[in-house]
Amino acid sequence: MEHIRTPKVENVRLLDRSLGQRKASVGTLYLSATHTIFVENNPETRKETWVLHSMVSSVDRPPATPGGSQLVLRCKDFRVYQVLIPQERDCADVHASLVRLSRPEKYSELYCLSFNPNVNKEEREASWSFIDLMADYKRMGVPNNLWVATAVNSEYRVCDTYPSELFVPKSATTGIIVGSSRFRSRGRFPALSYFHQDTLAAVCRCSQPLSGFSGRCQEDELMLQAVMKSNPGSDYIYVVDTRPKLNAMANRAAGKGYENEDHYTNIKLQFIGIENIHVMRSSQQKIIDVGEMRAPSMSDFLWGLENSGWLKHIKAVLDAGAFIARAVADEGVSVLVHCSDGWDRTAQACSVASILLDPYYRTIRGFMVLIERDWVSFGHKFSHRYAHLDGDPKEVSPVIDQLLECVWQLSEQFPCAFEFNERFLITLHTYVYSCQYGSFLGNCQKERRDLRLRERTHSAWPQLWKDRSDYANPLYQAELSQSQGVLRPNTSPYCFKMWKGLYNHVEKSAPPRQSPADYLAAVREESQQLEEELTNHQEVPPGGTAHHHHQHHQHPQPGSRQEDSSSDRSANHVGEAVGSEEDD
Amino acid sequence: MEFSEHIKTANVEDVVLRQPLHPPSRGTLCITGHHLLFSDREEGSSRQVLLLLRNIDAIEKRMSGSSGTITIKCKDLRVLQLDIPGMEQCLNIAHSIETLSCLDCVSEMYPFFYRPADLSLQDQWGLSTPEKHYSQMKELCERWRLSSVNRDYSVCPSYPSAVIVPNSIDDSTLKKVAKFRQGGRFPVLCYYHKKNGMVIMRSSQPLMGANRKRCKEDELLLQAVIDGSDKGYIIDTRSSQQAQQARMTGGGFESKSCYSHWKRLHRQMDRGKALQESLIKLVEACGDESNNMDRWLSKLENSKWLSHVQTALSTAGLLAECVERDGHSVLVHGSEGTDSSLLISTLAQLIMDPCCRTLDGFLALLEREWLQAGHPFQQRCARSAYSHARLQQESPVFLLLLDCVWQLWRQFPLALGFSEALLIRLATEVYASDYGTFLCNSDQERCAMGIKDKTHCLFQALLRPGERDFYSNPLYEPTELAIWPSVHPQSLQLWRGFFLRWTQQARHLEEAQEEIRNMLIEWGKLALS
Repeated sequence: MEHIRTPKVENVRLLDRSLGQRKASVGTLYLSATHTIFVENNPETRKETWVLHSMVSSVDRPPATPGGSQLVLRCKDFRVYQVLIPQERDCADVHASLVRLSRPEKYSELYCLSFNPNVNKEEREASWSFIDLMADYKRMGVPNNLWVATAVNSEYRVCDTYPSELFVPKSATTGIIVGSSRFRSRGRFPALSYFHQDTLAAVCRCSQPLSGFSGRCQEDELMLQAVMKSNPGSDYIYVVDTRPKLNAMANRAAGKGYENEDHYTNIKLQFIGIENIHVMRSSQQKIIDVGEMRAPSMSDFLWGLENSGWLKHIKAVLDAGAFIARAVADEGVSVLVHCSDGWDRTAQACSVASILLDPYYRTIRGFMVLIERDWVSFGHKFSHRYAHLDGDPKEVSPVIDQLLECVWQLSEQFPCAFEFNERFLITLHTYVYSCQYGSFLGNCQKERRDLRLRERTHSAWPQLWKDRSDYANPLYQAELSQSQGVLRPNTSPYCFKMWKGLYNHVEKSAPPRQSPADYLAAVREESQQLEEELTNHQEVPPGGTAHHHHQHHQHPQPGSRQEDSSSDRSANHVGEAVGSEEDD
Repeated sequence: MEFSEHIKTANVEDVVLRQPLHPPSRGTLCITGHHLLFSDREEGSSRQVLLLLRNIDAIEKRMSGSSGTITIKCKDLRVLQLDIPGMEQCLNIAHSIETLSCLDCVSEMYPFFYRPADLSLQDQWGLSTPEKHYSQMKELCERWRLSSVNRDYSVCPSYPSAVIVPNSIDDSTLKKVAKFRQGGRFPVLCYYHKKNGMVIMRSSQPLMGANRKRCKEDELLLQAVIDGSDKGYIIDTRSSQQAQQARMTGGGFESKSCYSHWKRLHRQMDRGKALQESLIKLVEACGDESNNMDRWLSKLENSKWLSHVQTALSTAGLLAECVERDGHSVLVHGSEGTDSSLLISTLAQLIMDPCCRTLDGFLALLEREWLQAGHPFQQRCARSAYSHARLQQESPVFLLLLDCVWQLWRQFPLALGFSEALLIRLATEVYASDYGTFLCNSDQERCAMGIKDKTHCLFQALLRPGERDFYSNPLYEPTELAIWPSVHPQSLQLWRGFFLRWTQQARHLEEAQEEIRNMLIEWGKLALS
């Protein structure tokens, strides 16, 4: 509480810009150790708005207005709150507090260490074993006579950003692994990400080789050889370098680079061209700006979309995944994926490939497993990328945002193929940024172990699982052809759209509209109930159920929809009407 | 005329057909007076492709050695390719397609020959008539009457024989007003808003000309429209500058001094050639598989199609707002009053009136506002996006309407009683059809051609039991409320179901619709049991 000088300010006006609100509500602002809380004065509603400090990405103070001093809170879930405080001094205090509170300096200040849902110690411990990665490897048929577990990284001896339990080609000896790791950036040697039982081809991942212009390493060459040998169906492997070729070449000057095809026998090198984290960071800022444009013309909007480059980057990530999936499923060739350090673009590409290859990862639980494997366990730097602590802004980048968006774009293309809906992806996005759970804290497994997060925080997965009915896609049909087997997406540019849902723009222009998904979810749920009723008691009076339906399918608050939309409409049309001149 | 004189080669064996979403197949190609028929020769699969020649927008032929390839680009945006052995045969086929696909004579068109077993020429033609429409709205008769001043189409050739006008305006006044409006299109009622008694009128521009001519009767008619209320709005679908310029060619606008109770709002809507070129650019962009993201987005922007969608929806929103929220009557016109005016009055009715949102109601709306109101379908839809022919009167106004309706459908998935499939079907039928519905340019022409006696009616066919299910929205839940569309660019999307209909992506979306339908049927069954 030491950072809070003024815990309560009255007569504050709050405007939730992301909701398209046009009239500010008046109320009282409270600052707690974890939240900014705004309580409306209106005695009928007393509506509360809670903003977690760790979700605040910036607090700006635009010039004061006659009505008071302003604060603009921009959040990591793309919400924007505008706050008007009558007294300049109060505003300065709140500003100073929020700036400090939204930039924790130590892990111990984070919300997850004080967050205490009502569960006991046993339940908390159980929550951490909710996702069992070893069970997933088993599900894909590993270990087997091609891929085996290795203890080489126990106690994180060989690579401190890798998990302690890993799978490697059977023919890779400890010597080869250790040698290879010395020749790879940050020691991230080739390890198994996904094994495709149908073709026996595998997706492996690593970081870039420390080859410079001419360096080579026998163990590393043997390691890639071993990856190839673990796939009896093919006499070569693809090495997918997800970077633009120019970037990869530039890295050679720093003693890094990419595999020289003359040194490695039987590899085919493929560059994909996903840009680096800095390009992505600025691209996302541009697309946020596009979303915030006021009354843009269609041309302004499309130009802004193009100029941001965002959809181009999303397409690049999806293309990378699609390339890998095709190689594995159609050609039966194993793929080794890397970028520079192998924890951003590599994680994206491997995950997209797994989703395309295996329907399991399109289920709610399967997607959790995937994030836990390719991102959490393989050392994606969550705390750096999502600015959990005050740190180097150049480390921040929307890497997982892009994965989630790729999945969303796929779900738009294959509406029946995913068990989860958009809400699931958005909630996951929030959990990654919010620090409410320990699941996504830290930058690698070792760091999480050292922080003893399992003892001090809760895991996000059981919570998501508990709420799974909120996240179910009513159109999901496991038996349907588009849900089964390998997904072959069309990645033509016209298949990509701006993901309004993530950027909170759905409500802005379309106030609570009719949602077919909610309707269908209700229908599905009710059909199940009816089926159960039918089997349990065959004698249900038909009138009773019919009436019940009717109530169930009433759409939520048609009245409020009407009101909201008319205010929206007036903004769209009335302003123009006033501006129009009559001239005779 | 005999079609056979245009057919030198009627049959070709061993032709390879390549079409989207199917593997190439080999078979026999036949050409008849109205169709291209391809029959698959493969054992066990007797697949046939029957294509109306009228559907063909452009062909390209390429000869290599002794064989040739004809690429067929259809008005429904499908692109087919035929590999034909024998150079002469190939040239003959190409020639036949080129000639037969653009015959101008209406009475030779396929609807006059189409005789399916399950339809009879005695069946009812069309869904309603102006007379029926008038008699169904009891509220109208107090202040509005049905006039037969146009019974022989002499007052306004593009209007139906009966129109609704203010009670106090007699037929001789109407005749004078007609002379003061382009093409005789004097202001008529097209929508009555039951909630507040306000109306939408439409017309063409007044012929004020450079010397600011007036017409007392015209002023009287408009005065009678707002009888009692303080003012009305005129939505002119041209910019005020365009309206000013129109005076130089005899047209004009309702000046403030002469129509003191009317407030003019100008909304520039592109029409004619601009719209056709926009469609051509959009279809070109959708067909170019080599696009990268930047090029695609810039082509999409450059086509301006979505801008046209935005303008149409926001102008319709303005119109509906004047009527529903501000409680004023509105007169809509541009210059001819046969394109943009119909577009926005139709959309405004969908926004405000729940009766127009059912399957039957929507088709009846189209019948009233497009067929009876005299949208010149034959001129506007002679050619589509691929044609190399010099454009004349072509303009995809009706397609733009369907796109806008689709945007409404997408934003309000439960409020409309019809399915996306209906919109796609209409977008196809309007360019090439087995039915007579979209032939000719007006009621008068359709009468003269005997369309109602000699062809079948598309709208009736769409409402047959089996078809009705397919074209209904399984999620439909009627709402009495107005459905105000968002016209923010983020809320408007490319109509993939139509513009990308021949891609795999459209198949997945269709599958999803099918799934929704099945779920609701299943639920319906359970609820009944």
